[in-house]
Amino acid sequence: MSPRLAKVIINGLLVGGALVALFPLLWMLSVSLMHPGEADALPPPLFPAHATLYNYQELFVRAGMGRYLLNSLLISTAITLLSLGVNLMAGYAFAKLRFAGREKLFKSLVGMLVIPAQVTMLPLFLMLKHIGLVNNYGGVIVPAMASAFGIFLVRQYARGIPDELMEAARIDGAGELHIFLQIVMPLLKPIMVTLAIFTFLTAWNDFMWPLIVLTGQEHYTLPLGLASLAREHAQDSELMMAGSVITVVPVLVLFLALQRYYLEGLLLGSVKG
Amino acid sequence: MSCRAIGFAVLLACQLTGCRQQADDSHTLTFWTIGREGEAITQLLPQFERENPNIHVELQQLPLSAAHQKLLTAFAGDSAPDMTQLGNTWMPEFVTLHALEPLQARVDHSNTVTPSDYFASIWSTNVYEGALYGVPWYVDTRLLFYRSDVLKAAGFNAPPRDWAQWRRMLAALSHPDHGAYGILLPTNEYEQLMSLALQQPEPLLRDGDRYGNFESAGFKRALTFYVDTFRLHEAPDITNVEAGNPWLEFGHGVYDFYFSGPWNISEFRKRLPAAEQGSWNTTPLPGPDGLGASVAGGSSLVIFRSSQHKQDAWKLIEYLSRPDVQQRFYALLGDMPPRRSSWNGGSLHDDPQAQAFREQLEHVKPTPPVPEWEQIANEMQLVAARAAAGDLTVDQAAVEIDRRTDRILEKRRWILDHSRATASAHL
Amino acid sequence: MNRQRAAWVFLAPAMVVLGVFFLLPVIAALGLSLTDYDLYALADIHNLRFVALGNYWELLHNPLFWAALGHTVYFVVVGVPLSMGASLGAALLLHSPLARCKPFFRTALFAPVVTTVVAVAVVWRYLFNTKYGLANYVLGLVGIHPIDWLGNPHWAMPAIILFAVWKNFGYNMIIFMAGLQAIPADLYEAARIDGASAWQQFRHITLPMLGPTLLMVGILTVSGYFQLFAEPYVMTEGGPLQSTISVLYLMYNEGFQWWNLGSASAIAFLLFAIMFAVTASMLRWGRRGEEA
Repeated sequence: MSPRLAKVIINGLLVGGALVALFPLLWMLSVSLMHPGEADALPPPLFPAHATLYNYQELFVRAGMGRYLLNSLLISTAITLLSLGVNLMAGYAFAKLRFAGREKLFKSLVGMLVIPAQVTMLPLFLMLKHIGLVNNYGGVIVPAMASAFGIFLVRQYARGIPDELMEAARIDGAGELHIFLQIVMPLLKPIMVTLAIFTFLTAWNDFMWPLIVLTGQEHYTLPLGLASLAREHAQDSELMMAGSVITVVPVLVLFLALQRYYLEGLLLGSVKG
Repeated sequence: MSCRAIGFAVLLACQLTGCRQQADDSHTLTFWTIGREGEAITQLLPQFERENPNIHVELQQLPLSAAHQKLLTAFAGDSAPDMTQLGNTWMPEFVTLHALEPLQARVDHSNTVTPSDYFASIWSTNVYEGALYGVPWYVDTRLLFYRSDVLKAAGFNAPPRDWAQWRRMLAALSHPDHGAYGILLPTNEYEQLMSLALQQPEPLLRDGDRYGNFESAGFKRALTFYVDTFRLHEAPDITNVEAGNPWLEFGHGVYDFYFSGPWNISEFRKRLPAAEQGSWNTTPLPGPDGLGASVAGGSSLVIFRSSQHKQDAWKLIEYLSRPDVQQRFYALLGDMPPRRSSWNGGSLHDDPQAQAFREQLEHVKPTPPVPEWEQIANEMQLVAARAAAGDLTVDQAAVEIDRRTDRILEKRRWILDHSRATASAHL
Repeated sequence: MNRQRAAWVFLAPAMVVLGVFFLLPVIAALGLSLTDYDLYALADIHNLRFVALGNYWELLHNPLFWAALGHTVYFVVVGVPLSMGASLGAALLLHSPLARCKPFFRTALFAPVVTTVVAVAVVWRYLFNTKYGLANYVLGLVGIHPIDWLGNPHWAMPAIILFAVWKNFGYNMIIFMAGLQAIPADLYEAARIDGASAWQQFRHITLPMLGPTLLMVGILTVSGYFQLFAEPYVMTEGGPLQSTISVLYLMYNEGFQWWNLGSASAIAFLLFAIMFAVTASMLRWGRRGEEA
């Protein structure tokens, strides 16, 4: 095979692959701008005849999408901020502070990664019911405040910090909290960004647990609102596409803006593990 | 963390947990609706809020397929609304859970809700062991929509009154080679088979609703009729997901009978072109020998025992039970009123296509009043769908349904025997 | 503050959250799975019975459980190789020195991964629509009759698998790309001098060198695919004829549709045990391969 032919084939396949990957997303955007009923035609139209924002207006004015969007933002942001703090501290302690039983505790933490979260869901619901966190943002936020995966990720990264930095500070009489906040945190910035995107995306996209614990519409996140709409408005493809756009665009934008950190974290979490 | 940050976090936490308490202070009534009712009722509420300026109603619409799970989970999580619409097959579960407020005393003092005005079978689906837990809101029963023009062209001047006539018409109208079938029976909906089964003299459960009774001659007769419809290619073996747009296909003559409920009157009026409007009608369900019974379905309005606004909720129930409001509700949505006086006025009175329902409603039978019924009906349909596909014979299917039903009812039997044992121990 | 105590202070929040909201529920779930907690028990806790392994025993005799497990295994057995194949193929293409605009293609191929399952499942539901869906339209152009993707019990699971492959292949692609970059270039150089074809290079250098990565990715993907839930929930609601009910879907239905928490917990543990057994034996098999 000539190198030229190989080049054409490889790039051709890449273009084809990219088309397959992006087409559903672009189609979603296009249909969301169509008038109601326009997409149900043969042959299926690819572009709106006259683009309209009617579906979006409908979603925000009548279907309460604004509320779901706010809920999603609130829950995902709260989980991201809280779990970032909790996981950073724990990950740092596992990586850099010596204490009795550290290896054993870390091993059991890694062991927890094996247990699927679904095992906990039924008792967790009954527990949260007793503390009054069912149908409450807290029911989604509180159990997500720490994650074995996040701690693991931070530990892997924090192990690379030279001990001398901390020792020097200790000799100067700095307290442990001071060392963590002033010396370690700045060094952990890259992993903080990575962990923050990971957590935010996971929280945003999460479906099963919020579906169980958020019983009232006023607390729905976007995926819940969308799934609920999808069961009620199955025929209204244009409306549903607009709902999908609203759900997907924030995370896509976040990813595009910070993709370097995301991809690095993805590798750190798996390859070096 | 600085003190300010901690203060902010506490504030945020209060905000997050506090929103439920907030709603309790005012006269805000939370009301859950299921499926299509939610949109129509938004148009009835302004008048209620004008008449009761101190009450504000907050509506939440649950999609039908997620409603059961949402309601149970909300009750289990102590976050049930003040009142809800509740399908009357779900009522036994919530009665078992002690979730619902008994309503007899309020009915006794009411000028609006008069039990004798309601269709008796429908009213009785709200009574458990002598106590009333709901007020019927709208009725739902199944009967036949049919293409009168197609029937006439095939030489049938009247709709079928019994199974034999019905079978003859189905045979004459089905041309599976051309994609034309007599009837659409979506294999994932249990209401059709259940209606046929309710027409039989034998009950569906036996021994105080402790065991399944699906091996009875009556149920087998119903199942045979159901399965034969598929075996003779008089109905396509498809689910309602695959059925696509049944209204248009009914209009195009893909199906000439459509086994469905009252809401489809307005759907057909909306979706069929004007030229086809004269070509369809409704008729009561044919029975094994003459006019048959159908299911006493529908939804009731119930108040949760945990509600802090029971008086307000009752006011809304009374408002929604008024004949004039029920007539408007019918006009908006096609949900049929459960009381006779509502049928005597408004657009219902002279509606030819609604009259078959009026007739059917005097011949309806409730489903067995056990919490497990929905689950049993689901299992019944799953097995029946396999029989329709030819994987099981009618006898095998009946045995299998009984087996599954008895397994589902095991706990119920234990509780009944257990409580009887403790009751006799106390004597 | 001494260092030992500082460590515990740093650890405390995480340990409390994980202990109370993860470990404790796991233990409680095990306990729950030995009872017949159901609607009646929810109404009155005196209606709760200890049934030992009764739930597990019943599940093993419940055709629906086996059907759900069958669907899940189908999804895993077909979906994982397809998914990893697509990932590896895309990674090889992107790794090739002949590829142009790599950052763009990488981002484009990865984009589906970050999207919300529920939202894109809604999109694919319309692509798979029998009448107006583009999937059938494209097939129609090459003369294939419309397929009732989500309505036909035989096609619903393949449709969900196609969707899952599309949604997930980008993730492993990135990992494979890193793995490919770690293979020393001089190995290929030497092979080329020996006259090895592209296929031989792939077979004798790329695959063995990627071995550990493949194993790890395989294990992670298998355990991820065993947890199938949102896709059928949105695209088919478990139908048609329950042909897309997965084990987790069954757990959800048992638990929150019917409130049989006892048997639902048993389902969760059975799934856990199966996942554990499968991934552990994969690990063992992979390690043996390495030693040989």
